[in-house]
Amino acid sequence: MAQEPVVRAAFRLRSAEIGIALVFLVFAGLIIFDSIRQGARWLAEGPQPGYFPFYLGVLICAASLVTLVRALLMPAEQNRTFVQVGQFKLVLSVLVPSAVYVALVGWIGIYVSAVLFVALFMRWLGKYPWWKVATVSIGHSVALFVIFEVWFLVPLPKGPLERLLGVG
Amino acid sequence: MDEIQSLMHGFGVALTLKNLALMFTGVILGVIIGVLPGLGGANGVAILLPLTFAMAQTPDGQTSAIILLSCIYWGALFGGAITSILFNIPGEPWSVATTFDGYPLAQQGKAGQALTAAFTSSFIGALVAVILITFLAPVVAKFALAFGPPEFFSVYLLTFCAFVGMSKEPPYKTIAAMMAGFGLAAVGTDPVTGTLRLTYGFTHLLTGFDFLVAVIGLFGIGEILLTLEEGLEFRGTKAKLNLKVVLETWKELPRYWLTSIRSSAVGCFMGIVPGGATPASFMSYGVARRFSKDGDKFGSGQVEGVVAPETAAHAAGTSALLPMLTLGVPGSPTAAVLLGGLLIWGLQPGPLLFLEQKDFVWGLIASMYLGNIAGLIVVLTCVPLFAAILRIPFSVIAPIIIVICSVGAYTVHNALFDVWMVVVFGVLGYFFRKLQYPLAPMVLAIVLGDNAEASFRQAMLFSQGELSIFFATPLVGSITGLAFFLLFWPLISLGLAKLRGR
Repeated sequence: MAQEPVVRAAFRLRSAEIGIALVFLVFAGLIIFDSIRQGARWLAEGPQPGYFPFYLGVLICAASLVTLVRALLMPAEQNRTFVQVGQFKLVLSVLVPSAVYVALVGWIGIYVSAVLFVALFMRWLGKYPWWKVATVSIGHSVALFVIFEVWFLVPLPKGPLERLLGVG
Repeated sequence: MDEIQSLMHGFGVALTLKNLALMFTGVILGVIIGVLPGLGGANGVAILLPLTFAMAQTPDGQTSAIILLSCIYWGALFGGAITSILFNIPGEPWSVATTFDGYPLAQQGKAGQALTAAFTSSFIGALVAVILITFLAPVVAKFALAFGPPEFFSVYLLTFCAFVGMSKEPPYKTIAAMMAGFGLAAVGTDPVTGTLRLTYGFTHLLTGFDFLVAVIGLFGIGEILLTLEEGLEFRGTKAKLNLKVVLETWKELPRYWLTSIRSSAVGCFMGIVPGGATPASFMSYGVARRFSKDGDKFGSGQVEGVVAPETAAHAAGTSALLPMLTLGVPGSPTAAVLLGGLLIWGLQPGPLLFLEQKDFVWGLIASMYLGNIAGLIVVLTCVPLFAAILRIPFSVIAPIIIVICSVGAYTVHNALFDVWMVVVFGVLGYFFRKLQYPLAPMVLAIVLGDNAEASFRQAMLFSQGELSIFFATPLVGSITGLAFFLLFWPLISLGLAKLRGR
């Protein structure tokens, strides 16, 4: 057996299992709460709107409780690294800019945001020269524009720049 | 031989210049999607689905649209093998088993042989499945015409119980993921009474969660985040594919006819009973290893070890369309997305489709034959081109794919809220994948949730609340019984193993 390299864990399997099980439980709680409010019983004219979701919620609860208990009882040697620090940094280095990108889309439109987003990645993670960064990021947005707005006539969110250019 | 006649009519529908062009476009797009990490059959089709809305409005446009989308699917099935063999990165979950013997072959300098074997056996698997669809689908559809709500609900039950029983993931996680899918589907308007539920006052949730958005997030962004952990560079072997290698491999392939037949059978079965392409490929690899006389050499670069999973994956991926067309119950996430497309274009999948939309159905079936031939031609001739795509560094590809995913999500409803949901589903998809929560049943549950609930409630109205209606006739009773058998299969097999162990 290959020896496992010594790396720092950002967090371990047990915490990840518990975290996701709790997400499921919260979701199930939301479903059950609203179903009871709507009525989850059986009336003369048939089931109330909450009838079906109520039992879904109960099933999610039951299944997630199994996961939760199993995670809590997990022996220490099975509690392997869920994600290493280095990996987790890489994941966040995509996730955080992506969230910022989505926020920008609503504000300055999808095309300008996409140019900035692709350029940021190529420059920051890829260390490309500026001319390559500019060609790919702007070329990509122009291609998007041609495919969606011109060929398929599907409008995408636009911002001040497009209005200035008279295409918004 | 009604089927042959209908099929010939279908070829007439599919064989127009426009449709042939769409076929090749679809296959090429599909292979690119299959090769790229983060884009796969399901979310690739989901992203391109909104582009077909306009196309489907024109006369015969629905047939053209389904031809385009299904060919993307075939392309993606082919494409997965390229990355598995050359880069040891399965581009699609169903090509994981292909890496076991495909990558060692490539390292020994036999990449061309491995690729030819993979493509050819994919083609054969698909062909067997299409022939099965041609002759079995009309029969199933005729049979299903007599189905009422109880029967439909029992089929849904069978579908979802099959996931619990057949998937490799822990059953309680499968149940949690699946029920969460149903929960997401239940958000919005109640399909029977029309009252709003589970929206908690958010106007965005009035129409519920769109499964396309979930698919793009779970499979697209989730996949990207997962791939990122492996680092930013892909290292692969070079691919050379010339006519000589192809012909030499073709000479060798008939030797594995028994493996091909077995794998096709496993694939078709797993595709129709919704197990999906991924378990089919693993199962077929396992079966081939057990029965082959070179079984102990599997994993060191055996052509047979490439033939088995590829045949099964493609057979399963193709035959997953059979229950989708005939019953409206898709056998795989991609089939679910195609089903969603049909619904959006105004077609109701199910037995009536075979009566009312003959052109559409047989055009689609004919296009499956043609599309797979087109696929085989494209992949055999263009492998180096597609492999070059994977050599583009991740720092360029990742942001572009994320932008494409966001565009795809936006175009579903022209809502920025959906783009946010894609990010949320992406994070969930990342965790689900790492923690072995299966995504396929969740996606299927989101697609089928409203239908399943409606048929359940209609059945219960018939019977005035008696659950015994699901066992009332031999037909519905045996489907329900089979469903429960599959649901408890993990427990049953555990018990059997215990008995045998004693």
